[in-house]
Amino acid sequence: MADTITAEDPLTGEEIEIPADVEVGEIVDSPATGAELEVISVDPVTLEEAPELEEDWGE
Amino acid sequence: MKVGLLYSRIRRDEKLLLSELRDRGHEVAKIDVRDEQFGLSEPPASFEGVDIVVDRCLATSRSLYITQFLDAYGIPVVNSATTADVCSDKVKNSLALARAGVPTPTTEVAFTTDSALEIVERFGYPCVIKPVVGSWGRLMAKVESRSAAEAILEHKSTLGHYQHKVFYIQEFVDKPGRDIRVVAVDGEPVAAMTRSSDHWLTNAAKGAEVEPFEPDDRVRDLVSTASDAVGGGLLGIDLMETGVPESDDPETRETGSHADYTVHEVNHTVEFKALNDAVDTDVPAAVVDWLEAKAETDAEAAV
Repeated sequence: MADTITAEDPLTGEEIEIPADVEVGEIVDSPATGAELEVISVDPVTLEEAPELEEDWGE
Repeated sequence: MKVGLLYSRIRRDEKLLLSELRDRGHEVAKIDVRDEQFGLSEPPASFEGVDIVVDRCLATSRSLYITQFLDAYGIPVVNSATTADVCSDKVKNSLALARAGVPTPTTEVAFTTDSALEIVERFGYPCVIKPVVGSWGRLMAKVESRSAAEAILEHKSTLGHYQHKVFYIQEFVDKPGRDIRVVAVDGEPVAAMTRSSDHWLTNAAKGAEVEPFEPDDRVRDLVSTASDAVGGGLLGIDLMETGVPESDDPETRETGSHADYTVHEVNHTVEFKALNDAVDTDVPAAVVDWLEAKAETDAEAAV
């Protein structure tokens, strides 16, 4: 099991576990709600609800 | 070297690249394009001192404009604005491949539903209608009847962005349950995989199963030509096997002989996490090898 840290889920206010090596800009799934959350900062870790998928996203 | 990495979302692909760059002692400036403001002559402060910029924008529109700005500032960027322009639009992509003599599925474009329906009827069923901009297999339609074609065209015409009124219609290629993704740097394959699915769409993003694939000489040749055709760079080139003999046994079809390949697409902000998991090659390491060489060449050219 990879190292984890805790951060506040912005949608529920709950403390959730996320991988310890997250980067700013990374998306993590909330284990509480399944919502996509964006890592806004890492020291300390703050999360926001991730933007919706846009039509021109891709590779 | 100092590498600027353009992003708006860090996927596992970007994490792999960041990790490889940092492990080699390179300085990395992560540049969130959502925070930047671009003037006509001077680059934003975030780009100060970068030797090369890697465009990993998730949004095609941002990728297209920012690479143009970087060109104007004289900052080397991979992939180039030219490559982004050609690869981000399926019409330009198909034209470039055809112009270079690369076999590519028969494709026609029309601008009204009536003209588009005529193409569909002429191609016969099934055929495929694709959005000109898009990825991950989204909004692709395999059209199996006239009534379905009429409905899809009407929906695109009525509900869509203006780009959905550019009707891009392609022959359906009866591939053997899989297609081939080759990641290449300036036409040289880094690694390749097959993507298999029972569904007609075999994108890894759609959950296709992936297996390593060893490019033969023909694939290498097509990859090289296709890369040149779109302006080169770090690319994901997608091919399908054609002329596979009919068989009732899917296993036989999948592994059976084929006459040739057709290149249906070249991707310019290629994702490689699935490939990296499928093959022994260290894909991010190969990409960073190429970036190092590219930055050195660009620096020498600037002297």
